[in-house]
Amino acid sequence: MLDDIAIRVRQNIGIVTAVLLFTVLYLLYNFAHPRGFSSAVLVQNGDEIFALAMLAMAQTVPVLASGLDLSVGAVMTMVGCFASYLLTGAADGTPLHLDIFGLQLGLGTFPGGVSGILLGIVVCLATGTLAGFINGCIVVYGRIQPIIATLATGAVYIGIALFLRPTPGGKIDEDLNWAMTNSLGDFAATVHIFDDGAASWFAPVAWIPVPFVLLILIALVVWVPFRRSVLGRAVYAVGSAEGAAYMSGLPIDRAKIAAFTLAGFFAGCGGLFLAIQTSSGNADIPQAGAYTLNSIASVVIGGTSLLGGTGSAIGSIFGAMVLRVISFFFRIFDIAPLLQPLFEGLILLAAVSIGALGVLRVKNTLELFR
Amino acid sequence: MTDAALTQSAFLTLSGISKRYAGVRALEGVDFACERGKIHAVLGENGAGKSTLIKIIAGVVQPDSGTMRLGGSEVSFATPSAANAAGVVCIFQELSLMPDLSVADNISIASPPRRFGLIDARAQRRRAEQLLAEIGCEDVNPLMRVRDLPLSRRQVVEIAKALGKKPQLLILDEATSALTSADVEKVYAMLARLKAEGVAILYISHRMHEVEALADRASVFRNGRHIETFDKGRRSTADIVQLMIGRDIAAQYPPKPAREAPKPMLDIENLSWDKRLDRISLRVGAGEIVGLGGLDGQGQKSLLLALFGVLRGVSGQVTVEGREVHPGSPAAAKSVGIALVPEDRKTEGLMLPMSIADNLVIASLDAISRGPLVDRARENEAIKRAIARLQIKIGAPGDAVSTLSGGNQQKVVLAKWLMTDPRIILLNDPTRGIDVGTKQELYRLMRELADQGAAILFYSTDYDELIGCCDRVAIMYDGRIVRELEGDELTETNIIASALNIDAATPDAAGAAHA
Repeated sequence: MLDDIAIRVRQNIGIVTAVLLFTVLYLLYNFAHPRGFSSAVLVQNGDEIFALAMLAMAQTVPVLASGLDLSVGAVMTMVGCFASYLLTGAADGTPLHLDIFGLQLGLGTFPGGVSGILLGIVVCLATGTLAGFINGCIVVYGRIQPIIATLATGAVYIGIALFLRPTPGGKIDEDLNWAMTNSLGDFAATVHIFDDGAASWFAPVAWIPVPFVLLILIALVVWVPFRRSVLGRAVYAVGSAEGAAYMSGLPIDRAKIAAFTLAGFFAGCGGLFLAIQTSSGNADIPQAGAYTLNSIASVVIGGTSLLGGTGSAIGSIFGAMVLRVISFFFRIFDIAPLLQPLFEGLILLAAVSIGALGVLRVKNTLELFR
Repeated sequence: MTDAALTQSAFLTLSGISKRYAGVRALEGVDFACERGKIHAVLGENGAGKSTLIKIIAGVVQPDSGTMRLGGSEVSFATPSAANAAGVVCIFQELSLMPDLSVADNISIASPPRRFGLIDARAQRRRAEQLLAEIGCEDVNPLMRVRDLPLSRRQVVEIAKALGKKPQLLILDEATSALTSADVEKVYAMLARLKAEGVAILYISHRMHEVEALADRASVFRNGRHIETFDKGRRSTADIVQLMIGRDIAAQYPPKPAREAPKPMLDIENLSWDKRLDRISLRVGAGEIVGLGGLDGQGQKSLLLALFGVLRGVSGQVTVEGREVHPGSPAAAKSVGIALVPEDRKTEGLMLPMSIADNLVIASLDAISRGPLVDRARENEAIKRAIARLQIKIGAPGDAVSTLSGGNQQKVVLAKWLMTDPRIILLNDPTRGIDVGTKQELYRLMRELADQGAAILFYSTDYDELIGCCDRVAIMYDGRIVRELEGDELTETNIIASALNIDAATPDAAGAAHA
């Protein structure tokens, strides 16, 4: 039994390291913060972490199948632009029309009200999922290396986003914005459940920020079952040894498509939240790029091997949180913003080096190349 | 039994199967049949068509023509999983395991036990434990990652994985080549059990004594054709070898020259490493071939790696021609004249996608360069010499080395090192998975190199080979050299007894270990 635990810890040392690193950094941050350990700080942090955490999860799945997805930031941005049209919450709906090089094309009216918002959310997530599915199909049936395929499709998705929102704009329903980016208590008050959040049994959990609840919910409802499904297992197998996976009769094409599709879904969740949080759609190209690169950094910090086969999306969430906490420190220690990239880079290097410390203990140098 | 009668009772029947790869004939009009409850050996040199035959049966490749019948009805398998579904399971020579997944994951990879649609980790683990127990290898923890297991244990997992698919026809392609002798016994017992249950078993091996011990019937292939099928005991080993190579071969091993006391070349004193090498002392003289024997995993491979500078934290003394050396890397080992033919030629020996020419010169670039640039003329000259010297059968030097057969690939690895003019040659099981003809060429070459003054340290899992090739054999047990056998002592009985460390307590053996 102890043996088993030891094996599991050794096999998940990357995740364990990320969790410990985050815990230490976050405790330090709260001690240093004038209003540390308060719901307000937690809510603010949750809002800032959520989108990157989703993108880190998104990046994890293709990386596990040993393929990078350079389009996660673009998918996020594109879905955000969709959301800024579909989630306005206007009571009598939103008229949609396309302006193709001066040609006006009416698309009818997207329904308003609560049902309209719910439908809009579904459409947004479906858009992200579809984008990921397209990525997967191009990689599998086009036999194109993931890094190039998603570089191209990423540009296409950004193009669509720019087409939808040449300049930042649009609108998100205010109640939706309020409900999703605050504490559970505020959520309950906005959607009028649990006596508007005043129910006595609800009080002990009312302080928890909604983004954290969403994060845990998505991890439990989407990632954990996927990890334990045959398809999820096949994704790990493909990343570990594709030839062996094929010879074992695994559905490797389906596994790869599933990996990219799931990435699209997670990236869509991130985009949706970012739009809700900022109450607008913005085809921000540098932001999309920064999110993509940070998603890769999060995956690495979270203990997933870029070679594929080992790691977990849960680790990547912690990787993303570590990255974000580092930037929180700049706020409280008042470091010149211009120095931020420099420090972020150094700390990223340090964090990744911790994972590489095992190299020093290797006694058979051949193992370094396996 | 005649071939016609055989077809009557057969479980699997192939008729007129042909296959070409890019115009090169791999199989030509092959008729073949095998029965339930029989172990059927398939013999042949590399390139004889055995691998293609198996791949067709297992659904990895499709034949160009011909039909295949299984249990009376015609079948054709588009994928390995289709073959598995029909009860045809193959254990391939190239392991089909996913290194980052656990043993339990790997064993149940194709159809894991499920609860509510999700993989049931506990049931999966129980299944792995049960299957491993069936082949007597309970020591493998199903939670371990395959990556962290030694090669011999991986092969055990591979076999358990195949068993889990409930095969009707089980194909073993060199599936025991990396197993320890203890495990081989367990696998034999398992095969006997399957045979009794009526499973048809196809067995491919280059080890003749394995075939003799196991097979009820054997078929010989040569140049893509089925030459002959015969029952156990109907043909002598010499006959079989002749059928396989289609020509007479003289002695299998080159004669050992009578030696005077050899000039010292490699002296090892009290070499220890990480609890796995324990005060090893061994001398290999110039012109000597010294074998490393014993059960698999007793430190033989670590010893070779330690000498080649791969291991960190090695203590003790290594002297080459009287000068103490401490190689800290393969590059450093190379510069003092040490060469190593590694265990796994596909990952450690060769850069598979690169050309034969590039692979040949990769270790001796200094010798053929002028300043920072490679001298093309000298490079081509060196490549031509190497190919001629080892008689490597190639299309063009520019072809990827992955296009060669296993035996020729191993020749490339050896040729690469010979180009560095090594004084000390370390060989880690160089004949694993190689056909008889090439093996003999390698034996001859080893002797030739020794005669030219090289010191050769040769690890092999094949006892015949150690006896036939080596001037002296050091038997290792638990990281120590327990005995050195020489001359008339060099017999299979002695090797096995020492390998099991049965007589290590006798004063003679204790003395020999530190002689």
